[in-house]
Amino acid sequence: MADLDLPTRQGFAPDDSFRGGAAALPGEIPVTLTINGRKQELHVRPWTTLLDLLREDLSLYGTKKGCDHGQCGACTVLIDGQRMNSCLALAVTKDGCEITTIEGLEGADGTLHAMQEAFIEHDAFQCGYCTPGQICSAVALVNEGHAKTAEEIREAMSGNLCRCGAYTNIVDAIQDVMAQGAKADGVKAHGAAKMEAAK
Amino acid sequence: MNRFSYARPGSVADAVRELAGNPAAKVIAGGTNLVDLMKYNVERPTHLVDVARLPGLGGIEEGEEGGLRIGALVSNTAAAYDERVGERYPLLASAILAGASPQLRNAATTGGNLLQRTRCYYFYDDATPCNKRVPGSGCPAKEGQNRIHAILGTSESCIATHPSDMCVALAALEAVVRVAGPEGERSIPFAEFHRLPGDRPEKDTTLGADEIVLSVDLPEPRFRTNYTYLKLRDRLSYAFALVSVAVALEMDGDTIAEARIALGGVAHKPWRVPEAEALLRGRTPDRSNFEAAAARILQGAKGFGHNDFKIELARRAVIRALKQAADGTPQSQTDKRIQ
Repeated sequence: MADLDLPTRQGFAPDDSFRGGAAALPGEIPVTLTINGRKQELHVRPWTTLLDLLREDLSLYGTKKGCDHGQCGACTVLIDGQRMNSCLALAVTKDGCEITTIEGLEGADGTLHAMQEAFIEHDAFQCGYCTPGQICSAVALVNEGHAKTAEEIREAMSGNLCRCGAYTNIVDAIQDVMAQGAKADGVKAHGAAKMEAAK
Repeated sequence: MNRFSYARPGSVADAVRELAGNPAAKVIAGGTNLVDLMKYNVERPTHLVDVARLPGLGGIEEGEEGGLRIGALVSNTAAAYDERVGERYPLLASAILAGASPQLRNAATTGGNLLQRTRCYYFYDDATPCNKRVPGSGCPAKEGQNRIHAILGTSESCIATHPSDMCVALAALEAVVRVAGPEGERSIPFAEFHRLPGDRPEKDTTLGADEIVLSVDLPEPRFRTNYTYLKLRDRLSYAFALVSVAVALEMDGDTIAEARIALGGVAHKPWRVPEAEALLRGRTPDRSNFEAAAARILQGAKGFGHNDFKIELARRAVIRALKQAADGTPQSQTDKRIQ
């Protein structure tokens, strides 16, 4: 993400532990991942999780490490459009997949995703640590189409913990986006346009 | 996490070859349980065999006598929301949706769900002894924190429970697990797939170390109307069962023609007592008959202190679940109020 101005880790070159495109170190395996619309040829060690690849090697710090054991949902990303815990996914097993993180939800022109707008509008976070996972999960929830009522949304969001307790407003934000069905459809088109632009 | 090599074989035969002769190799598909266990150093495979893309195991096909064959790589989500599963085996769909979170169900596979390991605290904590993790090292759960532990089928070596919801429904439905190994394919009746701990608690199942699950085969659908999956847990969602009950009844007018009752959260495997089910056959669905069946199921139940409450909880849950099934009012997995 060349357009992101993120600090590099002190004392380490950004790619200290990782060399995309370069020859593989022993034990490294070549994989192709399309991350936020950008196809990347990478070399990964088999024990690197998708979460660690995103954060430590690709400097995509939006996806958060909470429990690192699939219990909190802070690391939720979309893998081929389905929400999953990136902490429990070994990156090597996702070879060929399309990954969408919180950084990839906005439009090509930088317009926030409807769900991002709704979270701001409804004050659906306090500290914000769980928010990228909440938003990725919520985007998938809307696309899945199984949850409709507030009760169903709560059940379908149970994999995302918020220790600040913003749950009520998170449900409101999701319901708001659902109520704007046309807007949600526009969001999908938005993502597709971004993928197109990145090719 | 320990270091390991990785292979992604292109066929079932190649996958079996990767496993044969390498006891430190492990199969990975969704990874939701294995990766977690590797992070805790509970599992330390030296070689991972990624079966997630093996051809032919990712779909749900028509089986014999109107049954379904659910491929080992079908995700829990895909199985739960499949129209045919919902129409023919609503008990299974309900049980799957009672478990884990949407994120985990998207990644977790049918085969992996069968093979998930216990959530016993001592099994997960490699600073403590555990006969399941290190055979012969002891079982601190018996005198330790055992609120979540088993009350039926325990042994001196192990009082762990099997954590799956899906498997409780599969036990009630009498599914068959089809597996492949070096000698070819074989089918394992569900009741024989998971083991009781005995003196070999390290072995959860009868699956060979060089075998992989191909599919879960569901027989002729018989329980579309009178069923329920009742799960009781510490939180309303996203928690393992303290006690769960899958009930499937076949009614003949006002009489129970066939009854299946399987319990989760109480034993090392989904717990069925055929004698208790026989007590209900030909009987009317009334409370006294339900109480008799529940008493028979809990016969010999033994608590270890913190989990003593499970015996009474399970007895009441069986009675309630039988009533829900007989009334044709299955437990909602969204509205958790118990009717």
